[in-house]
Amino acid sequence: MSETVQYLLVVVGVLGGALSIAAGLIWLERRLLGLWQDRYGPNRVGPLGSMQVLADMIKIFTKEDWVPPFADKPVFVLAPAVIIVTVLLSFAVIPVTRAVNVADLNVGLLFFLAMSLMGVYSVVLGGWSSNNKYSLLGSLRAAAQMLSYEVFMGLSLMGVVMQAGSFSLRDIVEAQSKLWFCIPQFLGLAIFVVAGLAETHRLPFDLSEAESELVAGYHTEYSGMKFGMFFVGEYLGITLVSALIVTLFFGGWNGPILPPFVWFFIKLSLFIGGFILMRAALPRPRYDQLMAFGWKLLLPLALLNLLVTGGILLATG
Amino acid sequence: MVGILGSIWTVLRHTFRRRVTVQYPDKMPYLPPRRRGRIILSRSPDGQERCVACYLCSVACPVDCIALQATEDESGRRYPAFFRINFSRCILCGFCEEACPTYAIQLTPDFEMSEYERHNLVYEKEDLLISGPGKYHDYDFYQVAGLAIGGKDKGEAEHEDPPVDLHSLLPGSMIRHA
Repeated sequence: MSETVQYLLVVVGVLGGALSIAAGLIWLERRLLGLWQDRYGPNRVGPLGSMQVLADMIKIFTKEDWVPPFADKPVFVLAPAVIIVTVLLSFAVIPVTRAVNVADLNVGLLFFLAMSLMGVYSVVLGGWSSNNKYSLLGSLRAAAQMLSYEVFMGLSLMGVVMQAGSFSLRDIVEAQSKLWFCIPQFLGLAIFVVAGLAETHRLPFDLSEAESELVAGYHTEYSGMKFGMFFVGEYLGITLVSALIVTLFFGGWNGPILPPFVWFFIKLSLFIGGFILMRAALPRPRYDQLMAFGWKLLLPLALLNLLVTGGILLATG
Repeated sequence: MVGILGSIWTVLRHTFRRRVTVQYPDKMPYLPPRRRGRIILSRSPDGQERCVACYLCSVACPVDCIALQATEDESGRRYPAFFRINFSRCILCGFCEEACPTYAIQLTPDFEMSEYERHNLVYEKEDLLISGPGKYHDYDFYQVAGLAIGGKDKGEAEHEDPPVDLHSLLPGSMIRHA
């Protein structure tokens, strides 16, 4: 009985944790962008403006939830839910600590890759059902971008899998108790960060919603909480990719003195901050540059990383 | 690649820069004295209205936001019977101040005149008139103009000589009395 209760607590904790981090990011991102652009960001509501999240939530929940008459209604409504569901499902395999882990699948990493690929449906269906040329263009871009970057996202992680000898994320973290994989798998880390950025379609890879050319891309026609779900889905995506970077390359919960839980969150917030820093610092590339960068540079690098890792592992036995 | 890392590093260093934002309602930004803001009507040093209701401001106004009606008191001084500025139209261009021959209409640095209702932005003369002389402390139109008004005849203004009696300049024999 107590085990069931404990398990439920973990499930609710991970779900609540992921959602509240994503909500907090709405505020944190604006504050950090403000800091790096020599201004303040929201600092009026509550201490340091932290209640801005609440204000935004009230706003977005009470906005008119409008479905355009020319849209394909069932698909239009379904699309934003897909992104939330797929990203939240991925959180199930993230081991926050040894105990706080919703599901320790032996194919955990593959499950994440599958779920993140499923997330493409959300964007494509959202753009398609909107019946709007900008939405469609945005979702086409998103689909092409995410499929291309998914290829070497998976490949870049195979080095980690080879070294740990397991697809289970808990095993991968435990294999890093001596040496974090960010050192032997540095190339894999670099590729994964870029692919992760593209996967969450965050700036500088937000060509699917490039506001200077496509209005707002695939969510042009969305308003109210449906738009909010795309928005929260993006922040959940950042949290997920940061959590994966921590898990796969920076030893997950491993760390001296402080409890493992705290170590995980310290590392997680560092990478989330890094994602926001990238948005603050980097301009958006042209679409063909993005594609060329992916297929002509990152894919060969990922393959090379795989080859070298395999060779070394084979040689050292 | 180096460029990308360089730009990330540059942005990161901005963490320790001073923020340029002036937190306005808490801290007032510096407003230069000649900033063009809310319009006022000033008074001459003796406390009388400077405006002589010449309509030049109203004519100069590119958005037609100034309306007034001239009238005259028993001493012969012209003044506006009403003077109305619609600040929901005013673009604070300052042309009225430039057009004014008596320094009566002046723009002040104040800009905080938001209202909940549009019609509250229509300022009447009693809203516009201030008790002081504004930017020009010693200027008094009637004291430098050659105009005769009650209490001040021609030639009694500053730096002004009494008018010359033309007839006294002529030889006596040539005076023709009408």
